[in-house]
Amino acid sequence: MPFNWNWAFTWEILPKLLHAALNTLLAAGLGYAIAVVLGLILALAQRTPSRAVTFVIREFVEFIRSTPLILQIFFVYYVGPQFGLRLGPWTAGMIAIGLHYSAYLSEVYRGGLQAVPKGQWEACTALNLSPAKTYWRIIIPQAIPSALAGMGNYLVGIFKDTPMLSVIGVAELMHTANAIGSSSYRYLEPYTLVGIIFLAISLPTAALIRIFEGYVRRKLGLK
Amino acid sequence: MSYIDFLKEYGHRFLDGTLVTAEQFFLATLLAICIALLAGLMKLSRNRLIRGVAVVYIEFFRGTSLLVQLYWIFFVLPLFGLTFEKFTAGFVAVGMNLGAYGAELVRGGIQSVPKGQWEAAYALSLSPFKRMWRIILPQAFVNMLPPWGNLLIELLKNTALVALISVSDLMFEAKQINGSTFLSAQTFGTALIIYYVLARFVVTPFMRWLERVMRRKLGRA
Amino acid sequence: MMDEDFSQYPLELTGDDIPMVRFSRVSKRYGALTVLDNLDLDVAAGEMITIIGPSGSGKTTVLRMLMTLETINEGVIYVDGKPLTHMEKCGKLVRADRRYLRQMRAQIGMCFQHFNLFPHMTALENCMEGPVQVLGMKKAAARARSEELLELVGMADKRDQHPARLSGGQQQRVAIARALAMRPKVMLFDEVTSALDPEVIGEVTTVIRNLVDKHNLTMLMVTHQMGFAKDISDRVCFFFDGKIEEQNSPEELFSNPQKERTQQFLSAVKEAG
Ligand SMILES: Nc1ncnc2c1ncn2[C@@H]1O[C@H](COP(=O)(O)OP(=O)(O)OP(=O)(O)O)[C@@H](O)[C@H]1O
Ligand SMILES: [Mg+2]
Repeated sequence: MPFNWNWAFTWEILPKLLHAALNTLLAAGLGYAIAVVLGLILALAQRTPSRAVTFVIREFVEFIRSTPLILQIFFVYYVGPQFGLRLGPWTAGMIAIGLHYSAYLSEVYRGGLQAVPKGQWEACTALNLSPAKTYWRIIIPQAIPSALAGMGNYLVGIFKDTPMLSVIGVAELMHTANAIGSSSYRYLEPYTLVGIIFLAISLPTAALIRIFEGYVRRKLGLK
Repeated sequence: MSYIDFLKEYGHRFLDGTLVTAEQFFLATLLAICIALLAGLMKLSRNRLIRGVAVVYIEFFRGTSLLVQLYWIFFVLPLFGLTFEKFTAGFVAVGMNLGAYGAELVRGGIQSVPKGQWEAAYALSLSPFKRMWRIILPQAFVNMLPPWGNLLIELLKNTALVALISVSDLMFEAKQINGSTFLSAQTFGTALIIYYVLARFVVTPFMRWLERVMRRKLGRA
Repeated sequence: MMDEDFSQYPLELTGDDIPMVRFSRVSKRYGALTVLDNLDLDVAAGEMITIIGPSGSGKTTVLRMLMTLETINEGVIYVDGKPLTHMEKCGKLVRADRRYLRQMRAQIGMCFQHFNLFPHMTALENCMEGPVQVLGMKKAAARARSEELLELVGMADKRDQHPARLSGGQQQRVAIARALAMRPKVMLFDEVTSALDPEVIGEVTTVIRNLVDKHNLTMLMVTHQMGFAKDISDRVCFFFDGKIEEQNSPEELFSNPQKERTQQFLSAVKEAG
């Protein structure tokens, strides 16, 4: 067989990769935090009575969702300097990935809100609840369980998309593996290890999210 | 340089890149459909081994990043004596990745066909293959077309990653042009618009059309 | 819709016996479809009015407009002498704004065909939601009131259950308690037994009967149960095509209907069992 797995090399690069994995997690976490908040704003803004606002936001969300993230990352990173605004790789990366996923999350929220039956809104009117309390106490708690599955999927999704940040020099897993590969001319171990680390994180996370979803449903008394 | 001049100078390169992107998209889609059908059916098999193979495939490709898979196929597989040209490596990686997602859609689509249809086909003593091919799959196909529309948009966007192994697609051309002109807003902006037009005004309308045609064929219009 | 003229309607009802609810020439349209046509209806304080009629005749629409769930195309609704759908501005009636609507609809409570309980709250929490969040009551006081009402509808023992764990009849009884907890002057019931299994209809009608007997509430009820309507109403209105075709005391209307359509409807209902 032409390939040979080098264990000594493996042990040598593993700490570096694990360290880089922390950066990957950090990037995913930060990007997700931005997306969760921004997505909610995008979703609620589409429910304002203004048709123009709704239209503009819908088109924006559609645009973000139908163009490649990698291109958006390049765009955010390189367009700034052209106009004299220099963004670091982390800043540019977080803006791009946070914005990208906020578009997806806004759709998740929208779906969740729409899944709440009309009768719930009517009961709130009949009880004379204010619009803010209607959203906060009645509608959003019911929208959460149906939104959780989607939110969980995109948490895993954002994590798996972080390797794209390597193209602008964010020192996450892929970037580190590339560097190891090009300096040692060995690709087998670093790329395989990266794959294993991704599996080792994303599979249990997906399972945990499913458990959490069931827990929230039970906690809210929904079956 | 005005934007018009910019387009005059570099328009043909955007066009070349777009053509390569279209080829990648087309080939990866074909591969993804085949894999999705195969893995989706395997996952419904009664044989545990067959089911296990499908599960491992699906979980592996959905559990890791496409970029990791792409690099692995392009840089590591040659060590096993399996060398792909970069163009091939590109659409194979994208197709295999999206095929894993498609497999779940196939499985869901088949399971959404009412049990009565299976029993009716059984009562006509159709062979298992004919039962699947002539009765169940056509109905499952209609049910899963809408999510496939979304999946194909994802696939189109994911083809942009092949630029990272130097396939000269739209993304790659944009990067090259940006490297020589530093007109980032124009370059990446143009590429973004082209991807948007492809997704919104080519892929989506095509899928809508296909949905309508299929529904009419099944008399559900 | 600019400069509508409501000058033919009084700013306020005056006189000796002001009705609790008055529909004054009320019309409702969906596009070209007229659902309610120039409706006039007075409901006296403490009166129990039952609305019957074929499907699509506008029964639900009457209640939903009174609950301000639907806007109104023409006419004015008054509650306790004051306009509900309109408000006074510079000595003229104009369409009510949201704040005015909120203030006015506090006098009205409604129970729905499909209960619409909040699924993430227990029976008790459902009842406490309005008093605490809208009326600003202290939790303890709201709890006491809610427990009392759950007792009244016979649901005290299930107060800590979520709606998903309750039967349809039990959910509807909680929904009645929830509406009563707001101390409305007018209660609306829209086919509250239509979504229930036959064997639990009785437990809900008993609760409503109780309210009629012991409490001085004004009530409007839409129902398909003629027997129940006959028993407990002060007056029955037969709706047909967005109009009141006939109205009378239950004894008169059921045993001696005057209009042909009423006779047809009643005999059709009787045949259906
Ligand atoms: N939101 C709406 N848009 C258009 N038409 C509507 C709407 N709501 C009700 N309608 C129409 O208004 C008419 C009256 O409806 P309504 O619900 O008041 O009837 P109903 O007497 O309560 O009938 P049922 O006994 O079936 O409940 C019907 O023809 C209905 O189709
Ligand atoms: Mg009705």
